[in-house]
Formats: sequence, C-alpha cells, structure tokens
Amino acid sequence: MKNSSVTDEFEGRVWLLGDDIDTDIIIPTEYLALPTIEAMKPYAFSPLRPELAGLIRPGDIIVAGRNFGCGSSREQAPEVIKALGIRCVIAASFARIFFRNSINNGLLLIENADLHDAVQEGDRIRVKAGEKIVAGGRQFPAASLPDNLLEILEAGGLVKAMRRRNGLED
Amino acid sequence: MGMTMAEKIIARAAGVPETHAGEIHTVTLDRLMSNDGTTHLTIDMYNQLKHPRIHDVSRLVWIVDHNIPSDSIKTAASHKKMRDFAREHGIAFHEGDGVCHQVMMEQYVRPGELIFGADSHTCSYGALGAFGTGVGCTDYLYAMVTGTSWLMVPRTLRFNLHGKLSPDVCGRDLILTIIGKIGANGANYRAMEFGGEGLHTLSMSDRMSVCNLCVEAGAKTALMECDEVALAYLKERGREPVALFVGDPDASYEKVYDIDLASIVPVVAKPHFVDNIVPAEACRETRIDEAFLGSCSSGRIEDLRTAAEVIRGRKVSPLVRFLVVPASREIWMQAAEEGLLDVFMEAGAIVMNPNCSTCWGSCQGVIGAGETLISTGTRNFRGRAGHRDSFVYLADAATVTASAVAGEIITAEQLDAEEGGERE
Repeated sequence: MKNSSVTDEFEGRVWLLGDDIDTDIIIPTEYLALPTIEAMKPYAFSPLRPELAGLIRPGDIIVAGRNFGCGSSREQAPEVIKALGIRCVIAASFARIFFRNSINNGLLLIENADLHDAVQEGDRIRVKAGEKIVAGGRQFPAASLPDNLLEILEAGGLVKAMRRRNGLED
Repeated sequence: MGMTMAEKIIARAAGVPETHAGEIHTVTLDRLMSNDGTTHLTIDMYNQLKHPRIHDVSRLVWIVDHNIPSDSIKTAASHKKMRDFAREHGIAFHEGDGVCHQVMMEQYVRPGELIFGADSHTCSYGALGAFGTGVGCTDYLYAMVTGTSWLMVPRTLRFNLHGKLSPDVCGRDLILTIIGKIGANGANYRAMEFGGEGLHTLSMSDRMSVCNLCVEAGAKTALMECDEVALAYLKERGREPVALFVGDPDASYEKVYDIDLASIVPVVAKPHFVDNIVPAEACRETRIDEAFLGSCSSGRIEDLRTAAEVIRGRKVSPLVRFLVVPASREIWMQAAEEGLLDVFMEAGAIVMNPNCSTCWGSCQGVIGAGETLISTGTRNFRGRAGHRDSFVYLADAATVTASAVAGEIITAEQLDAEEGGERE
C-alpha cells in the first residue's frame, strides 16, 4: 500500500493556539523522563490546556500564532505532536530549532501569517502543502518547501531519508 | 560585498571563499556537544542505523548536567546508557564538571569554530567568536555520523555597543533589555552580532550571559568579535583561535542597533515570557517562595561575587529557599577559595553541586502550585520550573539575592536604602 504523500491535499479539524507556544508547553520537562513518546502523549500542551491531548484525533490540524515551538531543542516536542496524529501545524512563524526538528521527524509545518485570525477552533480546513489552504471559502497561500526538505518529510524524517538515500530502506 | 561574522564562519566550514544570507551550504562541524537532556535518544537512533559509525570521535563532547546526580531510576538508566556509549567509543565525557555550555567555554571552544550542540543555549559560544547553534538529536546524529550538516546562512542583526555598563548592572540586564525591545522572536533565524567599543568593556562573564540568552530572541547564533579580553581568557586556558573573524563594515546587515550601555538598568522578565521586561525596581510587593542563583546564563564567579556582596551579614528570609548553584567545578572551587560559599551557607542558602538545577525544572528546586521563583535561569515559561500554576521571574544575581533576603522582589539598591545599609 502506498503511503499518503505530504503534498497530497487533505482536510482536517482545527485546534487554535496563540503566540509563543513554547516547548515546555508542548511537552513539560517533568514528562521527558517517561520511557516513550507514546507515554508522553497525554501530557502534551498540559501547562496550557490539560484536556487538549485527550481531544486531539488523528488528522487534526494545529493553527497557531507567531514563534511556535520557541525554547528548548527537545526533539520530543515535534515527536509528541506527530504521535498525537496532528497532520500539520500551520503558524504565523516557527522558532528555528523546532522547525528543523519537525522536518527531521517528518512533521509538516506551514507558515501563514493570516490564517490564525481567519479561523475558529473546530473549523474544518483544506490544505495542499506547497500551494494553498482553504478555510471558510477563503484561500490562503501555503509556501512550498525546498526539495531537500520535502524529501526528508516524504521519507518520514531525516534518519529514514538517510536510509532511503543509501538504499538501506527495508 | 563584505561579510558578517556568521557568513565568514560558514564560508570556512563550507570550504568556499564567501557565503551570503539565504544560501544553503553543507558544512563540516568542528565540534559536537550533547548533554543528558537528549543523548539517550541519539544513542537509540544510532543503534538503529544499519552501518553505524562516528565520523571523528575527537570532535564529540558529552556532558551530564541536566540531572546530575541522577534523581530517579529512569535517569540513572539514561545516564548509564550515555556513560557506557561514551566509554566504548572514546568520547570526551564529563559528569559533575558543570553546566555543558560553561564546561565548553572553559575547556573546548575556540574562536572561528562552527559547533552544533544538542541544546538551545549553544549560542553561548559566540562570546569567544565561535558559531554555536542548537540542534535536536536527529540533526546531532546526522552530524555525528557524517561530520557534516546543512545550514542556511542567516541574516544578521548587528548590535553596536557604546559606553559602559553601570557597576550595579550586568550583561544579563543588557540582553534581557534587548530581548524586551526586539521580542521573543525578534531575531528568529538570525545571527545576532555584537561589536563596537562598548564590547571591550564587558567581562567574559557578561559576554557569555549576553550570547547565551540570544536564543530567547529566537537567534540561530550569537557572535562577538574577539578582543584582548577574549584572547586572554583563551590563553589562560591554553588554547589558540582557529580564526579571528570580524564583521566587515560593508557587510549586509538586516538591521543595525546602537546601544548605549550606560542606559541599561537592572530588569526583570515577568511570567511567562522572556520578553516581558520591566525595570526590576518596579516589581515591589511581589512575594517569592524561592530564589535561584545559577545556570549557564548567570552562574559564574562574577555572579557569585555580586551575590555574596549583597547577602554578606544578612540572612535569607525564613519564607524563602535560596539555591546557589555555581555553573562549573572550576567556578565552585574558585568560590570556595574566595570564601563565597561560606557566606551563602552562613546566610541560610542551599549550596548545590554544579548542574542545570532549577533552571530546567527538574532535579533540584522544583516549585509547586501557586509558588513564585525569582531566578538567574534562562527561561520563565509557564511550568518551566515546576507546576503549571507557578510563576518564574528572571533577574540578575544582585536582584535575585536581594529578593531572597527580603522575601519579595527588590533590587540590591532598594534593599540597601530600606535597611539603611545596616547588616550584622
């Protein structure tokens, strides 16, 4: 079975978050000692919204303001978002370490400064990475990523991309 | 066209004559630092590779600092994994020597190097003119295996420093003031480059504080031109520069700021954002439960001297726990030699071993629901030092120590004025 591609168009339900969502909010320090990402899932976003992780369903989309993922380099932050089944995060801007870590873990990020003020939580929006976001009849641009980053995303992360590139994929 | 410091260092690391902002280059890393925050994850991924190998083990430095000594069975297992792997592969390994960035500055970093650290505050190395940048464990693994990575050349914000800081103000106040001005994402993806005649008046401690916190403005790296002060620090520790780079006058800077150092006052970053800056003297009647002096940002001998001067002959408020955590073994021993640790202990403080401690909300000094901490740490995010309903204020060593005495946020100057300078 062919896996879906990151550039496939998809529709998802919106969870709306604000500016400066930091990595301590995404996954607080006290839960980093848990043995697996799976075990960390219930605590994602808990300092801000303790109930949120339990409500997120696979295929949902996070829409946030500026500077999403600021703070520490903990890679558990994008990993736990991906493990919750979030299909992509759309924010006005991303902090740079979080950006790299997300690509390296196969989590799709899209920068758009206007969407946050145009949608409400629970809205369903359509996304075509590299092209457009459609929300409530309005269309927003979704800038494309460079080919080398798309290759990493397609593979599901940097380690998998290395294996694929070296002909090592199972 | 001239080049910025970041462009020059990336050009050297990429083996090309010049680079400019926006270009993506494959670079060779001079050094790769990782700590116990995430090294266990790197090892897990390494062990999944079909043909695992380390490109050049002499470039790796691993430092246990986030949870030392281990505080749980889980942590002990994670440390053991790191320790065993380091021994098996001959990786330089530190345990108990201090917070990673302080150890790196004392023992490894050389001007002109390009360094990846699996920790966001790796930008500290700019105080010695090295390009340090934080990465996650996957980027770290890739660099560890291949010796290389890709980097986009950042645009640069240039900060020209003029004049001199007042005696009651330190580098921490300077950088917090700058972050308050440009915002928590004001330097996102950018390099922050510092120069100007005012730079020469800053101690190495001040420089490290400034560079360390640049990531709190989103910066990819921070860079300072090396002068006699930086070269003397290097020479004392028996190291030589790889290359001494300065920003060219005709380099393309996205924005140039002129900062009058004399205008900087003690400041506080209020919860829950590092750019929520107010003058420290405007925070009176904010009760505190705990005070923390330490971290890679501000746990150096200069901070300890300042704090000891404030608390000498005074007592920590009975309502406050005051944790003093020198940032490295070298600093701890120096403080002991100068009698500073005695001063803190006599005043009722809790002196700990060098480690990240309360700054990252694990291991030591974690605060509970409704509690308030004043800290020389790096971040005041919600829940950063413990419970989600707790509060962290960031301040300099003098304000943190004065607040530990008063039980509320107060500057050292205000404390002196209120007590009429009387001490035991």
